[in-house]
Amino acid sequence: MAVRKPPITTREYWAPGHAACAGCGCAIALKLATKAFSEAMEEKYGDPNAFAIAQATGCMEVVSAVFPYTAWKVPWVHVAFENAAAAASGIDAAWKKLGYKGKILAIGGDGGTADIGIQALSGMLERWHNVVYLMYDNEAYMNTGIQRSSSTPYGAWTTTSPPGKYSIGEDKPKKWVALIAAAHQIPYAATASIGNPFDFVKKMKKAAKVDGPAFVQVHCTCPTGWKSPLEKSVEIARLAIETGIWPLFEIENGDFHNIKIQSPGGGAKVKREGGKVVAIEFKKPVEEYLKLQGRFKHLFKQPEAIQVMKEQIKAMWKVLGVDVILP
Amino acid sequence: MEYKPIKKVISGNYAAAYAARDARVEVVAAYPITPQTSIIEKISEFLANGEVENLQYVPVESEHSAMAACIGASAAGARAFTATSAQGLALMHEMLHWASGARLPVVMVNVNRAMAPPWSVWDDQTDSLAQRDTGWMQFYAENNQEVYDGVIMAFKVAETVNLPAMIVESAFILSHTYDIVEMIPQELVDEFLPPRKPLYTLTDFDNPIAVGALGTPADYYEFRYKIEKSMEEAREVIHKVGKEFGERFGRDYSQMIELYRTEDADFVFMGLGSLMGTVKQAVDVLRSEGYKVGAAKVRWFRPFPKEELYELAKNVEGIAVLDRNFSFGQEGILFNEAKGVLYNTDAHPLIKNYIVGLGGRDFTVSDVKKIAENMKGIIEAKKLDREVEWYHLKR
Repeated sequence: MAVRKPPITTREYWAPGHAACAGCGCAIALKLATKAFSEAMEEKYGDPNAFAIAQATGCMEVVSAVFPYTAWKVPWVHVAFENAAAAASGIDAAWKKLGYKGKILAIGGDGGTADIGIQALSGMLERWHNVVYLMYDNEAYMNTGIQRSSSTPYGAWTTTSPPGKYSIGEDKPKKWVALIAAAHQIPYAATASIGNPFDFVKKMKKAAKVDGPAFVQVHCTCPTGWKSPLEKSVEIARLAIETGIWPLFEIENGDFHNIKIQSPGGGAKVKREGGKVVAIEFKKPVEEYLKLQGRFKHLFKQPEAIQVMKEQIKAMWKVLGVDVILP
Repeated sequence: MEYKPIKKVISGNYAAAYAARDARVEVVAAYPITPQTSIIEKISEFLANGEVENLQYVPVESEHSAMAACIGASAAGARAFTATSAQGLALMHEMLHWASGARLPVVMVNVNRAMAPPWSVWDDQTDSLAQRDTGWMQFYAENNQEVYDGVIMAFKVAETVNLPAMIVESAFILSHTYDIVEMIPQELVDEFLPPRKPLYTLTDFDNPIAVGALGTPADYYEFRYKIEKSMEEAREVIHKVGKEFGERFGRDYSQMIELYRTEDADFVFMGLGSLMGTVKQAVDVLRSEGYKVGAAKVRWFRPFPKEELYELAKNVEGIAVLDRNFSFGQEGILFNEAKGVLYNTDAHPLIKNYIVGLGGRDFTVSDVKKIAENMKGIIEAKKLDREVEWYHLKR
């Protein structure tokens, strides 16, 4: 009987027993990211274990290592909130001096990356360290109890952007750190999502194999912070892709003229010119994504806010060189 | 190999850079700030000229990241070094706690500089003394030679007790002033300071460890206690390492407080760092004028030399504590520490605090002489005129 090869290594680096919430999208992301990393290390250095993690304070840090336990089956260090990239820089320097072959995976949430950690991130990328920075983007400070970050999307409820008589919730568009990272002209920057695990794994492997810095921003559902059903985490993330909310793209060497756009699926019509995606006509309305999440519930009483959101989505795609039509 | 020093006329900052080189530091992560810059400039030159082998220099984007990168490098097993001053040290503050909590023997040179505002680049000890409670050992250098010796000894002490150490020198008075420094030939430094043997590394891929985990109330307390145990152990280690340094290279650092002409002294001046050079000179002048005075230079502020202070205090009638620093709402920091140490002992000399030299205000031999006169009066009266005196205050 033929045995099918599993689509990804069965080696585990993110062990069961971690204390993440049920349905946590970030936990899925870390599991996949480390598996992808391991495969890349095996292919690049001949040692599937040749990597270490430097992680910023945040949900995934707090749930993963409670003394004397750890969920990590890989060398791991936590050096506060704003500086996973700086700590990773130091490890990279030490490895270069001490002659170790391998790669460092820096991990931070959106708060630790887009806000307090962006300076350290920029420095690490600019200095060309051999580090992949993975930003798990659950779009707010979830560890401290759901406060808005610069990566919180327009319209979302958080405890510091509550909707009310004078507020529609978060009133600024989302900041896309992947674009900022790409502007450092690093070898590889990409967005990904737990809603498309194959694409995510492929991108993590690609990131892990480049020489020099790489950045991946992965969209992760947070059922606690998004007020969404536990069992629908992957479905919701997929809907973000299919409705145009979450573009999947890759930018190599800061070449903004040749951004690679991944097809969103969900029946969207993709128009290409000379191999490049130039237009997408989405078929699934963003409301399908929004309605599964309590954080957007109030928007359905203010349809004009949803229109504002749609205009922002179009503007984001325009930055990527793509004209979109949203239903 | 016979010890033949390499004599060079260099600044305090260059002494720091040469010491880092001779200690064979493996990773330097640093950010420029006046008056620290010539330390990292010199290290960059070593690299550019091939004077250091494959040293990894990480030109970070902030002091906070400098210490974070040193922590990463040290956790990965490397000997890590940085240098900073004042505002930069304050920016690092969070990471200073981290380095000691993670038990990493990072060594740093801090150039004492006044905290702003008013904006200032001149000498003042408040920047480093404000880091008192971070779990770092602190060594105050009197001169350029002590900067050089201090860095090399600090690595040995730090790597023995697994705590970070700060070597402190004065802005401009040492950092930019040239003096003869006896440097130690590389082979002899290597004998004194062998390669680091880390407790753990982030490089054992098959036997991974997690560093920086969450400690619940059930465990956190003991982690803190262990740091204190190591600080206590450091007193012994400092004594041993300082003695060994003296035996090998002729400059003995076994005492955490260096005593100068205190044998029969009625009272002594006590202080930290370069200002004690001025004080020693003043002591000579005062002795020639018939004053029975001495100087007590506190070399190591952390761990604090409690025993040595007690032994000194038992035998004098007065101590004039000279603080080039201040803790607002209280008093000079060294004064505060000294009083605290003596309270539960039977040694209670008259002890007065003189706030001197803040923000680089010149402090000279004639100032010491004026203070001596004041102290003489206090001892005759057997009573303090006041506890804290802002010595230079314009009236």
